[in-house]
Amino acid sequence: MSIRIARIDKTYGAKGPGQTRALEPIDLDIHDGELIGLLGPSGSGKTTLLRIVAGLEQADSGSIHFGERDVTRVHVRDRRIGFVFQHYALFRHMSVYDNVAFGLNALPRRERPSTEEIRSRVMQLLEMVRLQAFAKRFPAQLSGGQQQRVALARALALKPDVLLLDEPFGALDAKVRQELRRWLRHLHEELHFTSLFVTHDQEEALELSDRVVVMSNGRIEQIATPDTLYRQPANRFVFEFLGDINRLEGDVEREVLTCGNARIAVPGIASGRHELLLRPHEISLATQASDRAHLPVTVSAIVPVGAEVRLELEADWLGEPWLATIGHEAFERLDITRGKRLFALPSQLHRFDAAQPTTLIPATAS
Amino acid sequence: MIVSAFGLGRQRRVLPGFGLSLGVSLTFVSLILLLPLTSLVGQLSQLSWSQYWFLITDPRLLASYGVTLLGAGVAALFNAAFGLLMAWVLVRYDFPGKRLVDALMDLPFALPTAVAGVTLATLYSSNGWIGRLLDPLGLSVAYTWVGIALAMAFTSIPFVVRTVQPVLEDLPAEVDEAAVTLGARDGHAFRRVILPYLWPALVTGTGLAFVRSLGEFGAVIFIAGGKPYETEITSLMIFVKLQEYDYAGASAVASIVLATSLALLLAINLWQGRFIKRLHGGRP
Repeated sequence: MSIRIARIDKTYGAKGPGQTRALEPIDLDIHDGELIGLLGPSGSGKTTLLRIVAGLEQADSGSIHFGERDVTRVHVRDRRIGFVFQHYALFRHMSVYDNVAFGLNALPRRERPSTEEIRSRVMQLLEMVRLQAFAKRFPAQLSGGQQQRVALARALALKPDVLLLDEPFGALDAKVRQELRRWLRHLHEELHFTSLFVTHDQEEALELSDRVVVMSNGRIEQIATPDTLYRQPANRFVFEFLGDINRLEGDVEREVLTCGNARIAVPGIASGRHELLLRPHEISLATQASDRAHLPVTVSAIVPVGAEVRLELEADWLGEPWLATIGHEAFERLDITRGKRLFALPSQLHRFDAAQPTTLIPATAS
Repeated sequence: MIVSAFGLGRQRRVLPGFGLSLGVSLTFVSLILLLPLTSLVGQLSQLSWSQYWFLITDPRLLASYGVTLLGAGVAALFNAAFGLLMAWVLVRYDFPGKRLVDALMDLPFALPTAVAGVTLATLYSSNGWIGRLLDPLGLSVAYTWVGIALAMAFTSIPFVVRTVQPVLEDLPAEVDEAAVTLGARDGHAFRRVILPYLWPALVTGTGLAFVRSLGEFGAVIFIAGGKPYETEITSLMIFVKLQEYDYAGASAVASIVLATSLALLLAINLWQGRFIKRLHGGRP
């Protein structure tokens, strides 16, 4: 079932200075079977938007359609949605079985399936979340990950048109989160429900979503596939929010940016003051400066984690230290220790202070 | 080293003052609670078993048990419903004067029960404000068990409101919302989701209200009228016996009230413990 969100906006509080705008008018089209991540820092309005789609909150104006059905004025209970809460919100006095069966038992008598049908449906759902053996347990006897799986089974019991998840893995530890993410993606591939989930974790959004909606201050900053989002961020906010960044600020004269005793040739850049940004993996290191790039740095911290080594680089021409990630091979070749003096060579520089974001390739060869 | 200084196998507690605070508490429990109870038992020891049995099965007294239990039972049930409603209104809605209503809920605790009794008796007697209206309808409240139940309900309603209120406040909004997103109608959500959450608190509050009503004296006697076999409550019987300098008899009746109250309180506690344990999977 597709979702069409048109001109939805929301303001909290009475008119006046104390009033806060939670959502600017928002437009968003979600295709049938899509898994969409709403990504943003806290206070960006992503949860408000999700709750408005669910019907748990009312928008001030605008409309929401599920397929052809206008649900703007439809009560939550009649919207045919499944909702998963961050803190599971299981009914603690009911067994896992009764929790999952709740929605089916709550149906009016003439729509309610027979007890056997409910039973087989619930057991099927519990099998899907791999918790058949736990049917008789109470929520307090389950781990966080298991509880969230019960909550998912409960939300899917009524075969909702739309599945909405509010920071579904936010309360879980990193390993369980990773596992559940993978599992949710498989489930989505299998069942093809249309789904909207809220997260503040970029990795989660990029890994799970077909498309990511980046929000800040009640506005949509960009809607794109994870790949596009990472490679072609629409603005500085998106670029900053999707990963670590390093800043390079300086004066440009004749296509050479100077900052203290550092300088780098950047072809195609206009003269004047500029701020350029770059990702940690866009920095390589060398023992020699090239004649086109002279960026002396000192290694101040080394974190050898996973496939790469994270380095903190300091220099007196830098306001705040840079973060660089390099391969283990390069790390060993350069024989890096703390306090070692090296030269940074950016492979790309991103510019967001112009009307259009641009990517600049600095001249590396002399 | 520290352990050996405090004796072998004895763990040193992190919180200081355990000995002192427990000692003071026990002293006060003894002085204020246990000592009077001991004197009650002392009075009882003057009676033989057959005398005791004869005293507590006096037909007039038996009738008073019935009146008291009926009044307290009706009052407790009324309070369970009305107290739950009050707590619900105070927690879930915002309205002008909410804090005032909230404060009013404690009034029955603060007010001398005799004041409540006199007020109720004046209101409901056949020429009182409300009694005058009810009289033509053939309803009389004062000097009947209805009046007794009314007075008992008045003095014990805070028990229900004040035990349910905090639990209701702690009930996460998400739980309600989860029920609604699963398509539950309001009634279904209340019965199956909210009420079970409140159940332990509600039972405890109602139980406390019931126990309190069993021993209520001041508020009830004025409106009860004290007609033997009809509107005489057990605590009035104790009072009557005391006025006749029949200390042993008064103690015998008091022991019945005391035993019933203690048994009920204990039962409520045990039940609540089991209920909570069940939530955490302590069931076999």
